[in-house]
Amino acid sequence: MTDQTMTPEERAASLEGMGCRRKRVEDVRFTQGKGNYVDDIKLPGMLFGAFVRSPYAHARVKSINADAAKALPGVVAVLTAEDLAPLGLHWMPTLAGDKQMVLADGKVLFQGQEVAFVVAEDRYTAADAVELVEVEYEELPVVTDPFRALEPDAPVLREDIKDQKEGAHGPRKHHNHIFTWEQGDREATEKVLEEADVVAEEMIYYHRTHPCPLETCGCVASMDKVTGKLTVWGTFQAPHAIRTVVSLISGIAEHNIRIISPDIGGGFGNKVGAYPGYVCSVVASIVTGRPVKWVENRMENLMSTAFARDYWMKGRIAATKDGRITGLWCHVTADHGGFDACADPTKFPAGFFNICTGSYDIPVAYLCVDGVYTNKAPGGVAYRCSFRVTEAAYFIERMIEVLAIELGMDAAELRRINFIRKDQFPYKSALGWEYDSGDYHTAWEKALKAVDYEGLRREQAQRIEEFKAGKTRKLLGIGLSHFTEIVGAGPVKNCDILGLGMFDSCEIRIHPTGSAIARLGTISQGQGHATTFAQILASELGIPASDITVEEGDTDTAPYGLGTYGSRSTPVAGAATAMAARKIRAKAQMIAAYLLEVHDDDVEWDVDRFVVKGNPERFKTMKEIAFAAYNQAIPGLEPGLEAVSYYDPPNMTYPFRAYICVMEIDVDTGEWQVRQFYALDDCGTRINPMIIEGQVHGGLTEALAIAMGQEIAYDEMGNVKTGTLMDFFIPTAWETPNYITDHTVTPSPHHPIGAKGVGESPNVGGVPAFSNAVHDAFRAFGLRQAHMPHDHWRIWQIAENLGLHA
Amino acid sequence: MIPAGFAYHRPADVASAIAVLQEHGDEARVLAGGHSLIPMMKLRMAAPAHLVDLQDIAELRGIEIGADAVTIGAMVTQHDLIAHEGLAEALPIIREAALQIADPQVRYKGTIGGNVANGDPGNDMPGLMQCLDATYTLAGPDGTREVKAREFYEAAYFTAREDDEILTRITIPRPAAGTGWAYEKVKRKIGDYATAAAAVLVGKGTASVAMTNLADTPVWSEAASAALAAGDVEGCVAAMLEAIDPVEDNRGPVAFKKHAAGVVLRRAIARAQSRAG
Repeated sequence: MTDQTMTPEERAASLEGMGCRRKRVEDVRFTQGKGNYVDDIKLPGMLFGAFVRSPYAHARVKSINADAAKALPGVVAVLTAEDLAPLGLHWMPTLAGDKQMVLADGKVLFQGQEVAFVVAEDRYTAADAVELVEVEYEELPVVTDPFRALEPDAPVLREDIKDQKEGAHGPRKHHNHIFTWEQGDREATEKVLEEADVVAEEMIYYHRTHPCPLETCGCVASMDKVTGKLTVWGTFQAPHAIRTVVSLISGIAEHNIRIISPDIGGGFGNKVGAYPGYVCSVVASIVTGRPVKWVENRMENLMSTAFARDYWMKGRIAATKDGRITGLWCHVTADHGGFDACADPTKFPAGFFNICTGSYDIPVAYLCVDGVYTNKAPGGVAYRCSFRVTEAAYFIERMIEVLAIELGMDAAELRRINFIRKDQFPYKSALGWEYDSGDYHTAWEKALKAVDYEGLRREQAQRIEEFKAGKTRKLLGIGLSHFTEIVGAGPVKNCDILGLGMFDSCEIRIHPTGSAIARLGTISQGQGHATTFAQILASELGIPASDITVEEGDTDTAPYGLGTYGSRSTPVAGAATAMAARKIRAKAQMIAAYLLEVHDDDVEWDVDRFVVKGNPERFKTMKEIAFAAYNQAIPGLEPGLEAVSYYDPPNMTYPFRAYICVMEIDVDTGEWQVRQFYALDDCGTRINPMIIEGQVHGGLTEALAIAMGQEIAYDEMGNVKTGTLMDFFIPTAWETPNYITDHTVTPSPHHPIGAKGVGESPNVGGVPAFSNAVHDAFRAFGLRQAHMPHDHWRIWQIAENLGLHA
Repeated sequence: MIPAGFAYHRPADVASAIAVLQEHGDEARVLAGGHSLIPMMKLRMAAPAHLVDLQDIAELRGIEIGADAVTIGAMVTQHDLIAHEGLAEALPIIREAALQIADPQVRYKGTIGGNVANGDPGNDMPGLMQCLDATYTLAGPDGTREVKAREFYEAAYFTAREDDEILTRITIPRPAAGTGWAYEKVKRKIGDYATAAAAVLVGKGTASVAMTNLADTPVWSEAASAALAAGDVEGCVAAMLEAIDPVEDNRGPVAFKKHAAGVVLRRAIARAQSRAG
């Protein structure tokens, strides 16, 4: 079949554009072990750095003696805060407007904190030298409870700012207090609560956990003293922002810094921030004149680089007797650890937690978040979510369940009567967002029907009878979750990180033979950008996806962008891709008209070509147009065919989902089994359904882990109790259930191709679905709230507290 | 996660291995599958100056199925145990237990000898060996001696084995025909140690019951076994719950572990009884 005989549909299909289940082009190298990760980079003369870390959660550093370490053959240097201080690099700014010690400056604030940096000829010598550095500590009282941290007599953690009354986000009211962030109408909300028929009140805790990507954080820093150019290969989710940050804190001019994110083995928010390892590697390379590699091990990753969640969310929700929600009140005590190193847009110290009104039409709401220092690791990153959206989704989806209990109502019905209706979009929420689009009722009905919700409830009722009759020790839980995300940060008018507007970018060059390269300001960590962005371009430009190279992650070649996290790549860079492609198509139209000897307006786009209107036999394909752009002098047009677009989104996108989990729970051992999981995702226009399904499977499995066992737990001394994968739960194929995926499509009205972002939704909405299933199993026996993670013993504890073991 | 430096020895026979142990005393450790020792070394919680790798010693391999007893070489892997059809017929409880240890990758390397000799209360095989009344053969400078599994374990990581001895073989009497069996384990996830595990044999007027990870050694209870032999399931469970002494850890508090232990034991008994005949 030739170009001439194919129908437009066949031509479109051959492009493998949007909607195609195109196989991931990245996977050929990943599945053959041929990826190129940071730890694969080996440079001539490269040294290896390793940290001496604090065994204590809170201690004064009395002295550091590195003589024995320096005497070990192969050790090149040992850096301490004293060495970094003259350069002003013993502290560094955080993304949250705070500062963080690069190396312990007089004291340590969490177990695993970086105390000294050993640089040696190889990683084995470095590890031996770490053992030889003698640090004398004086232990200080440890605070791991954020409520205790705010008591008047609580130990002062941050002595450097203890008298500072003003923080980066307004007044501080206690020496361990970071910020207060208020949204909504407090007075009106409290009035509604006072006058309401029904008020449900509950404390919802979303425990501390960790993104734990397969590849830990690391970098290779190489200062070329001849050219004055610093190159850093690193596990960076935002390479361009890192370049700017490195320039600002090191004083090296930005054009002399090149940041490269090679293949990244998962990020999930863990690789957004800047870590002491990066700074120390750069300094060590400048000092030694040799490349320096630093790569965390698994325990270091879990103990010291960015954690997620740790929100204590006190909620009150008001409703009429028949279940219409009339108001929502929320206070969060946010445990940020020893330094405020959250990675949020600057104006949002609690991220987009104010999406906590969820999918519901709640007329009035009030939110207050207090950030607190404790003796725990810093972080608070968005673990596969958009800036605290997952905490918000968990909060509202638990509050809905608690309200349903209070009202004696079915929780599916309670959701149904409170959903924002399709005709209310664009919808202004009580906490300040404008939801772009949605059709919640359609998705909800489809989900309930798919699982035979009424049938499940009948089965559950029967199971309860059998349990009461002593015929079974297993209960059945039906976990519901309907949630709305806010992704695609974001409009430059209100979203920035360190003053950098959160636009993103794409630059496209069409080669003379009609193939192309596109470079973006984002960076894939496994999302499949090289596959999906090529699909957008294929549909926009009529060039086969397989003829398009997508490149990201090298700041010397890619256009400036804010990186990949918060499901922003498709909403922002994906939009830039479409917009840049449209600039190319506009020029291509002029070239085609010239070649066809007609007026520009007399040709129209047809899949992969411009045709003369009313005369489809006369056309020029993109391939022909591309060649002409390079070999013909066309009056009024420059040669070449390329374009760049920097896209500042007019709004966020608001994908939504309906998830239902059916879980069997053994009340004696706490063992659980997910019998069924139905996941309906509406992420707007679907670029590659197979990649979407893969993202949903992956995110749900993370959600399963978080809800059912994964945590970063501390004892009262501030020791990390879950610092290895023995205790930190990562599901294997054995624990992972089957997922049924489904979808509706409600395109974003403001996005050029209507796409909304998908990567993080399953983590965000999966957690409440799993957790609600556990709660629901025990609802008939009086359970209102039990904190996650729902590991075996905590499930047993629920049953024990309810008297089910008697 | 990089161990301290060590000298690596790879003897070809037991006598040479013992000679290395004699020379270096408690500075030396034998290495079987490495799934307990290597992680401890990487965490620098163990730092033996001499590592004696047993993998080249042929006499430590092999499974022999005799008329009255089965003997298993110390370097037989968990995977070998699972794959051996003769063993599955003679002692099916071993396959059932081995399949609940870790994951296939670990089972390809992890050995029965390492599992029983290390003295880790989390390991599954020690309790099972006590249930089966196995005997361990220890080879040392003065020849070999035999120690009952039921007398081998003193405390966590402390056993009857001397520093210069190597556990070479395990001998297990074959249970009488018609003996029912079950190994039941509750764990948080694949790769985890047991929250509670039970090994049960039950036949006509006989029974043997042991549990794992509920004290600092495996727990075989004579009283629990006697009660079950007499058909008294509740008496058996009560006696075992008296015998165990769990401690709180990330798997849960003591009360939970005791509750889970009772449930796991009852499940194991029920399954073993259903297989007796």
